[in-house]
Amino acid sequence: MLIINCPWCGARPEIEFRYGGEAHIARPADPSALSDQEWADFLYNRTNPKGRHAERWRHIHGCGRYFNAVRDTVSDFFVATYKAGEPRPDIAGETK
Amino acid sequence: MTGSFRTASGGRIDRAKPLAFRFDGTTYYGFQGDTLASALIANGVHLMGRSFKYHRPRGVVSAGSDEPNALVDVRRDDARTTPNLRATQVELYEGLVATSQNRWPSLAFDAGAMNDLFSPFLPAGFYYKTFMWPAGAWKRFYEPKIRAMAGLGVAPTLPDPDRYTQHYAHCDVLVIGAGPAGIAAALAASATGARVMLVDEQAEFGGSLLAETAATLDGKPAQQWLADGLETLAASGNVTLRTRTTAFGYFPHNMIALAERVTEHLASPNPNLPRERLWQVRATEVVIAAGALERPLVFPENDRPGVMLADAGRTYLTRYGAKPGTRATVFTACDSGYRAALELAAGGVEVAAIADLRPQVHGDWAAKALDAGIDVRPSTVVTGTLGRRRVSGAHLAKLKAGAVGPAETVACDLVLMSGGFTPSVHMFSQSRGKLVYDPALQVYLPGTSVERERSAGACRGVYGLKAVIEDGYARGEGAAKDAGFGTSSPRAFAVEAAELGTDGFIGAVPHGRNPAFAKAFVDWQNDVTSKDIALATREGFRSIEHVKRYTTTGMATDQGKSSNMNALGIVSEQLGVGVPQIGLTTFRPPFTPTTFGIFAGAARGDLFDPIRTTPIHDWAAERGAAFEDVSLWKRAHYFPKTGEDMHAAVARECKAVRSSAGIFDASTLGKIEIVGPDAAEFMNRMYTNAWTKLEPGRLRYGVMLREDGFVMDDGVVGRLSHDRFHVTTTTGGAPRVLAHMEDYLQTEWPDLDVWLTSTTEQWAVIAVQGPKSREILQPLMDDIDLSRAAFPHMSVREGHVCGVPTRVFSVSFTGELGFEVNVPAEHGRAIWEAIFKAGAPYGITPYGTETMHVLRAEKGYIIVGQETDGTAVPDDVNLGWAVGKAKRDFVGKRSLERAAMSAPDRKQLVGLLTTDPKIVLEEGAQIVAEPGVKVPSPHPVPMLGFVTSSYASATLERSIALAMIKGGRARIGTKLHVPMPGGSIEVTVVEPSFYDPKGERFDA
Amino acid sequence: MQKFSGFELFRRALGGHKGWQPQWRTPEPKAEYDVIIVGAGGHGLACAYYLAKEHGITNVAVIERGWLGGGNTGRNTTIVRSNYLFDESAALYEHAVKLWEGLSADLNYNVMYSARGVLMLAHNHHDEISFKRHVHSNNLNGVDNEWLTAEQCKEFCPPLNISSMRYPIIGGALQRRGGTARHDAVAWGFARAADARGVDIIQNCEVTGIRRGPDGAVQGVETSKGFIGAKKIGVSAAGHSSVVMAMAGVRMPLESFPLQALVSEPVKPAFPTVVMSNTIHAYISQSDKGEMVIGAGTDAYTSYSQRGALHITTHTLDAICELVPQFRRLRMLRNWGGIVDVTPDRSPIIAKTPVPGLYVNCGWGTGGFKATPGSGNVFAHTIARDEPHPINAPFTLERFRDGFLIDEAAAAAVAH
Repeated sequence: MLIINCPWCGARPEIEFRYGGEAHIARPADPSALSDQEWADFLYNRTNPKGRHAERWRHIHGCGRYFNAVRDTVSDFFVATYKAGEPRPDIAGETK
Repeated sequence: MTGSFRTASGGRIDRAKPLAFRFDGTTYYGFQGDTLASALIANGVHLMGRSFKYHRPRGVVSAGSDEPNALVDVRRDDARTTPNLRATQVELYEGLVATSQNRWPSLAFDAGAMNDLFSPFLPAGFYYKTFMWPAGAWKRFYEPKIRAMAGLGVAPTLPDPDRYTQHYAHCDVLVIGAGPAGIAAALAASATGARVMLVDEQAEFGGSLLAETAATLDGKPAQQWLADGLETLAASGNVTLRTRTTAFGYFPHNMIALAERVTEHLASPNPNLPRERLWQVRATEVVIAAGALERPLVFPENDRPGVMLADAGRTYLTRYGAKPGTRATVFTACDSGYRAALELAAGGVEVAAIADLRPQVHGDWAAKALDAGIDVRPSTVVTGTLGRRRVSGAHLAKLKAGAVGPAETVACDLVLMSGGFTPSVHMFSQSRGKLVYDPALQVYLPGTSVERERSAGACRGVYGLKAVIEDGYARGEGAAKDAGFGTSSPRAFAVEAAELGTDGFIGAVPHGRNPAFAKAFVDWQNDVTSKDIALATREGFRSIEHVKRYTTTGMATDQGKSSNMNALGIVSEQLGVGVPQIGLTTFRPPFTPTTFGIFAGAARGDLFDPIRTTPIHDWAAERGAAFEDVSLWKRAHYFPKTGEDMHAAVARECKAVRSSAGIFDASTLGKIEIVGPDAAEFMNRMYTNAWTKLEPGRLRYGVMLREDGFVMDDGVVGRLSHDRFHVTTTTGGAPRVLAHMEDYLQTEWPDLDVWLTSTTEQWAVIAVQGPKSREILQPLMDDIDLSRAAFPHMSVREGHVCGVPTRVFSVSFTGELGFEVNVPAEHGRAIWEAIFKAGAPYGITPYGTETMHVLRAEKGYIIVGQETDGTAVPDDVNLGWAVGKAKRDFVGKRSLERAAMSAPDRKQLVGLLTTDPKIVLEEGAQIVAEPGVKVPSPHPVPMLGFVTSSYASATLERSIALAMIKGGRARIGTKLHVPMPGGSIEVTVVEPSFYDPKGERFDA
Repeated sequence: MQKFSGFELFRRALGGHKGWQPQWRTPEPKAEYDVIIVGAGGHGLACAYYLAKEHGITNVAVIERGWLGGGNTGRNTTIVRSNYLFDESAALYEHAVKLWEGLSADLNYNVMYSARGVLMLAHNHHDEISFKRHVHSNNLNGVDNEWLTAEQCKEFCPPLNISSMRYPIIGGALQRRGGTARHDAVAWGFARAADARGVDIIQNCEVTGIRRGPDGAVQGVETSKGFIGAKKIGVSAAGHSSVVMAMAGVRMPLESFPLQALVSEPVKPAFPTVVMSNTIHAYISQSDKGEMVIGAGTDAYTSYSQRGALHITTHTLDAICELVPQFRRLRMLRNWGGIVDVTPDRSPIIAKTPVPGLYVNCGWGTGGFKATPGSGNVFAHTIARDEPHPINAPFTLERFRDGFLIDEAAAAAVAH
């Protein structure tokens, strides 16, 4: 069970949270202007990296807030968590 | 009376407490403090089990959790039988009943031992090469035979009545293993004030110190030092001590899972105590002090009962006072064999010879052995053993320049072996730390850490009692410091103990015999021999994972604790490459087998999942309602009167609603309050419908899509004011819908000024449906006029009912005039009873979900999840009208524009009427165009769709059904067919509304 | 290829089993192949075998980062069934089951396909409708599947608890031809048979890049053993499909999740069939060795760590102990994790890609093992002919653009 650092509540155990998929995929302002392929890219295509992944979590059994995190998908360890709306932190360094 | 092989004194057994126990039907006696293995050995019993494949007679090899052979079934009563327990870990209690396994008819005469005769034809992986003919014979013939031969013990056949509990704990320093390193680490860490937890899998703390009779520590005998140390720890106030507690799993962020055996060692367990506990410990820092396991030597017939690890033999004598034999041959590649030989000799066991693989013996061990009159033979191997159910002799031969000389037979009833020690790196490896091969020690050692842990003592290759204790102390201190505590007072340890050096051997010992007939076991339990491993490498299995899987070495219940390094050594020799190049199988949890029960804990029966009930639940239960599970909820399914089955009850309930009035508990509907200046805009974006123009006081049926365009949920929404909506959802969908809304609100449109609150459990919802519903309810209303003029269909009014605040919806899911009375949950039952009482003169009838389903199906109302299945868009289920075409955007809109969403062969909601009105179609039945299709059909038949809902309608006096059919709307009026095993059923496709299609009864 | 049979086993036993040859070679890679398959799991090896056997393409390399069969093939719970709802899925998995039924003989390798039945339990009315829909659809698609009452479920699988539980069993769908197979043997059998037809299986060789020419078409792969040329590359890399496809610049509709499994200590035969409960999330069967083989759904977050969380395991065993309460005293012997690549509709992609010469077979989620021979068979066809077999024609990448999803999981929908 991971320890997740909610930017609002602090470090809490994983079972208080729900995973929310890849972060920083903004819903297009005008979906009707998109081609089918562009819409499918938004809807379905994901980076799915082996390494650092920017992703959404929700502290569902806590403050209820969505926030973002950078996590290493090889070790599962979090590198950073940050509030929704903030840019992805520029974290140097290689994936473990 | 407690065994002829019992020493006169000594050991940690309590000779004042004799215990009777049974093994395979024979009564024996042991002492408090014995394990089953030590007690049997004290009685001269060495044959304790049979091997997995060849059913060879087997005795105990080890004295701990690495035991591969001595597996027994322990039985307390019919329901409390536990297979595959290691006799070396089963603590003796008065009346213990144990039986051996994997033999028939008896342990001594096992018919399965025929396999041993055929063993030349059963090499590693033999089953991949045969049993292929004729086709199908594998499943019918060969597999059942193999399955019956395989397996070890017998699974219990009755539900386990024992309890298991689960606990969480936190500490600053967790010390895993309470041998000398662990005790020292705990002493050091606790002295800093850190909260320390010390755990050990054994019944007593002390590890190797428990068998120590010669060494002194700080001038005290080792066991006195141990007792003093434990007293210090127990008195310190910040140390938690748990024996019989195995750290079995290392999970991310220093979460360690422990299995504590609470009552298993007791003759009469306290029924108030759980059998076992699962501990999930979050430790700031961890000290792994797991020790090392002695490694067997791989030589021919090294599996006979009476062949055991040298340190195990010594432990039985010194810790348990049980002599493992009368005349021993020792085969060793390190000093451990000498220590065992000397202590056994001192304990009255004759030592016939020490065969030492090494050409030279280091230190003064050889001299001590010679002084004790022991025949020490350097450069000597054991090339085989004699005996059947007990070893009776060993063949010893000289090694000269790698060649094995002629063998000489030494009579003995005990063969002790030692190939050196393998550090227990399991927990370190589970923590994802990187292991590094040490070519000098020929073992893997902890390298770079990932978690906040450090290993101490023998599990990181530190050997020798003094070094181990000092290492443990330093590591314990370091752990406390890393956890933010100060340093403990420096402490020197005066240790006098014999040093064992670091020699050892991995691989198969040369024996010079015809390899076709010599069985040198690597994995005892799974009967994997050195030649099996050689065969695997010959057949191209070069990775250790391949060798393991092909030969099954390391896959037994000890998970390779005794076999892995020797297997690596053999593969290395066969392939001529270094051990690190072969790879290492992954160490996985659990460290030792762990009872399923502790994972399940209390989650059984009603505690398996939470049960959600409504405020009206008890009323329904008192009335004898049948309930059904809908997500976590218990919902009243129907209300049978005496003698009624479901069909009769539902018919009666339906008629009551249609003719007068029914009352239905709709409290499980999900409810969300949406409030704020941008509430309408938010609703516009979340639902397909348009909300801006919905007037306060009115209701609207809303449809919600996922972003991929498929129907996700539906429900009636009331607008209470300009900035406030009362949203309802499906019963199972409420959490999903709220999460979906929160997601968009928080992450896509944080600019919207809206708040979402789940109110599902705040409101009890009482649906009163039927032509008399207004007459029943009106007198109860304090300040709401229910007349149609004042309160049109699809409206909401706030006011009071029987003095209680309420929101009343004029809404119908039945097709009749109806109201849904929302009241605060705490008043739910009182208002329900008030309405029921007021309705009594009208014959108001409580109805359940089944009647609700029938009534709505008669009207053609869909249920999301029944008519829709996650692949339906609104138009498929005739909800195109609910999609706001003029809206620029809403969740799911763009996806509806994709090619597939308007394909001509999409399934569409229609009604079905069977030609024979008595036939009720089966929900889920498929629909085809041709009559007379046989079921099952040997070849694919084109299917047009399927039945989603189907009922006997009491109102219509015939069956009705809803269905999803390809191009269904264009097929209305045509005949189709529902093939069933009993024959094809003809149906007519109709509009999906069977009752009052114009909706005139809402205003009745 | 040396023949395997009882007679050969007997004959070679007399020679001390000295005469057995390697089941496959350990070749160095050639400079160029006609086809390179990335990933020597069951699917990749099966593809190579069928390329050689059915399409005469033998100049093939299967390139594997670790050891063959070491990914999900060697980590799964080996359930085989074909009782899928939609025509497309039923055709695909039934194709596989038919191949399973003759696979040992075809490969001359006993893969121990054991059609002991797969029983899927219904715990509520919604399950019942869903399973009956499957049963009826299967029976019209040439796939065996039958509805059993709770009592019939108990009769078919006597150890089952059907009543004294939170969600009592109200029935089940049984596919008698479903069952299990020996996972390692499948990889080894395909490897041996492919090798015998000339396929090079190159283990311990990591693909680090996919080289594309000026026209965009693939030219070969960069590996830890150097560049290896090929005009056609088939990616069959399971959990790592996104990673490999990204080397060719293709973004995929995939996410990789941990999938855990566990086994108990071996016991004598005590569980005769495969039982699955999607509602309480667990499945169980007993291996020929006697271990109870247990699994459930994926963990919650994407990961390549090949391990899962303890609270997922505990939930799985909650369900097992509810279904078979007498197994509460059995003990977990080993718990492990694999990486499964999941598509948005939980159906696989077996298709050409926008990159000329690049083919992909991925997205099998938690259910890839059962399809192994069928998947390899139609993927080989797709690569050899540069067009899909009719069976895998619907399983394109483009279906996500156009909306022609094959959503088996959604069709067992949960809303109520």
